[in-house]
Amino acid sequence: MGPSGTGKTTLLRMITGQLRPEAGTVRVAGLEVASLSRNELFDLRRRMGMLFQNSALLTDFNVFENVAFPVRENTRLPEALIRQLVLTKLNSVGLRGAAGLMPAELSGGMGRRVAMARAMVLDPELLLYDEPFSGLDPISLGVVLRLIRLNNDALGLTSIVVSHDVAEISHIADHCFVISEGRVIASGAPRELAESSSELVRQFMTGAADGPVPFHYPAPDYAEQLLGKPQ
Amino acid sequence: MTLPLQLWEGLLHSLRKLGAAILFLIEILKQCPAALARPRLISQQVRNSGVLSLIIIMTSAFFVGMVIGLQGYDSLSRLRQEDILGAGVALTLFKELGPVVTALLFAGRAGTSLASEIGLMRATDQLAAMEVMAIDPIRRIVAPRFIGAVISVPLLTAVFNAVGVLGAWFIGVQIMGVDNGAFWSQMQEYVDPPDIYEGVLKSFVFGTTAGLVAVFEGYNAPPTAEGVGMATTRTVVTTSILVLILDYTITAYLL
Repeated sequence: MGPSGTGKTTLLRMITGQLRPEAGTVRVAGLEVASLSRNELFDLRRRMGMLFQNSALLTDFNVFENVAFPVRENTRLPEALIRQLVLTKLNSVGLRGAAGLMPAELSGGMGRRVAMARAMVLDPELLLYDEPFSGLDPISLGVVLRLIRLNNDALGLTSIVVSHDVAEISHIADHCFVISEGRVIASGAPRELAESSSELVRQFMTGAADGPVPFHYPAPDYAEQLLGKPQ
Repeated sequence: MTLPLQLWEGLLHSLRKLGAAILFLIEILKQCPAALARPRLISQQVRNSGVLSLIIIMTSAFFVGMVIGLQGYDSLSRLRQEDILGAGVALTLFKELGPVVTALLFAGRAGTSLASEIGLMRATDQLAAMEVMAIDPIRRIVAPRFIGAVISVPLLTAVFNAVGVLGAWFIGVQIMGVDNGAFWSQMQEYVDPPDIYEGVLKSFVFGTTAGLVAVFEGYNAPPTAEGVGMATTRTVVTTSILVLILDYTITAYLL
């Protein structure tokens, strides 16, 4: 968790190896991501799934083909098995009936769930979620929230959820890290964080408008600027 | 900034872009064997950029053929040499106009759609999603589209040439009264295999150019509405200029 622009998505992209760190190391399943060759990186990526903020469904394919896509591209499974696999995953997100729809026909929440099925279809060990709740109505949000926790437990995976929806995430997270300006400023179970002694963490957890994260973007003196003193 | 400095900066910018495009081409060529192993993806692209361009290519070719037939007839009849109209039209089309006009039309019809398609996939994170799914977007998306263009442009050029000759025949023989036998026999007499090879070579070079520019611009388009729009425009402008420069270079080298 953390305010917008503190590097949460950047962190996820480093875990998947889309970005390389300028300093420091990122280790996933014991492997240092930045030092892997392209093939090794691709092998590692087959063990993870990622849900993008805007779902990133392939707009030319229908729901079924979107979920089948990573299976078709990465394996040589027979068609009958792919069908079973895809329908099972779609059923687990409640969209088996939407298999024939095109991405443009889906609501934001449904798109997110299809992307979730796609991210899970190869049974990854690690699932990454980038702002899975942004722009969802309360019902869709509740569904996605529940699915994240359910799938995590049912498939025995590790889920990393990047979000700034404090209240929602507190319901399902085992452990939270609060990031600000590229640093971890607090970590612990959600309840511990709410009672944190750090003002910044409390501002974030309660959503106060002003505090250590100021309401105003840094600017020259207000009176001086209004009175028109040339800079 | 002074003018010479601006020109220098512009030159540097173009050179950097050329270098990036060549590196991108190498990257694509490395993925081509894997892409060629999936002929269905390629035939789909040949359909999208080739078959769907047929109407514009054939319509343009017929009118281009008619106008060269008309102009050729006008010039040749002053010399009382109307009989070699067929040869003149065929040489003009096979060596020059066929490959060049086809490539220009291809850039406008298919290059733009390739660039905006790939640019939009980038803007909506579809390419990033593939990367994370351990699917190389160069292999899955870019290479088949590039190969599709390299295959389509020579085929479209052949169609252009054939329809162009028919257009000239229609005007020359049917309307202006050039002798039908002379039209075809003079064409056979004067058009030699090297003339055909020149056109074929050009059409492959232009197909590679048009394909590369389109996928390069699309792949590197800034992920915004304006970015994709600009990439589409640049595809047409860059392809057109490169095709005309390359056309002169190849002609000068071969003649």
